[in-house]
Amino acid sequence: MNTLYVARNTAIAARALGEETMVMSAADSTLFTLDEIASVIWDAADGTTPLEEIVASRICAQYDVAPEVALKDAEALVENLADRGIMVISDQPLAHPGR
Amino acid sequence: MPGVTAVTRSSSVVVEIGGLPIRLHCDSPTFLRQIEERYAGYVDSSDAAGFDFEIELAPPDAVSADEDVRVSCDAGRWVMERGDFRAEWNPATARGRIRQTRNPYSLDSVLRIVHTLLLAREGGFLLHASSAIRNGRAFLFSGVSGAGKTTMARLAPPDAALLTDEISYVTRKNGGYFAVGTPFYGELARPGENLEAPIEGVYLLAKGPKNKIEPIVGADAVRGLMANLLFFARDPEFVKLVFDSAFDFVRRVPVRRLTFVPDTSVWELIV
Repeated sequence: MNTLYVARNTAIAARALGEETMVMSAADSTLFTLDEIASVIWDAADGTTPLEEIVASRICAQYDVAPEVALKDAEALVENLADRGIMVISDQPLAHPGR
Repeated sequence: MPGVTAVTRSSSVVVEIGGLPIRLHCDSPTFLRQIEERYAGYVDSSDAAGFDFEIELAPPDAVSADEDVRVSCDAGRWVMERGDFRAEWNPATARGRIRQTRNPYSLDSVLRIVHTLLLAREGGFLLHASSAIRNGRAFLFSGVSGAGKTTMARLAPPDAALLTDEISYVTRKNGGYFAVGTPFYGELARPGENLEAPIEGVYLLAKGPKNKIEPIVGADAVRGLMANLLFFARDPEFVKLVFDSAFDFVRRVPVRRLTFVPDTSVWELIV
């Protein structure tokens, strides 16, 4: 897969609660709960840092997981969140995510 | 507020819920009387009103079967629509218009939406919950339809003042949360008492073989609360306000699971 850039959609509300993150979509008021690992990726999704770099520096450096496995799981996660409209993914850096 | 009396004006009536007076103008004296009867206990005799709505009565055949409520915000103007009404409201001018049939429940729906929008700006919200004041504190019993909201209201002892059996009105002030009586009722078919008290706790209802109370904390508490919030608007700013209010609320007010047998014994736990 090409380099992916990920960003939080702006049309959401999000709050951390312990190690989880709760996210509500403004589009349909659906409430999502992100677990610890997903919350790490969510926090780091600034639109300019490649997903691969996020996984290497924030996931593999902290958790006992193989890089290729972690990246594959992260790609599946961000695609899922993008399908639900709370994250934006692109093969280019995202200057204005969610607009 | 408590103790107000109903006074008919020539072309308008002020309905005050949660300390927010809304003046309703209408050319039909008959419909104004209907409003006074429907909101008895919440009709304000003073002339002061923070917001004004003009009501235009539509013919009965103007109603469609569309039961979905749509609320949107366009350039600061809120638009609220359902098959039986269409309303517009501009918070900047504090004025709005409602086109509806003579069915008072259409107005009820508009007022519920307007109050959710007003409350969101102040950190409050409307919650699917019955509520009552006992010993100076308010208890909220929340759940979806059939969970037991009206049952809890019916089982309330004589020393409990019922605020609503359907929609609880939660305001934030002085760093705390208060429940306020509302005229919004469910199966009980009578308005709540126009009183207020600090909230002791929210009880998420479940029927079971015996009465018990269990604490709910963290994300589960937020999820439980959010599942029962009245939530009409899809506007991102509004969503963030309500979301933040829910988090702040569960930080300050206990949320508990109340499993109960539907008889008066459950109120022995509510003190």
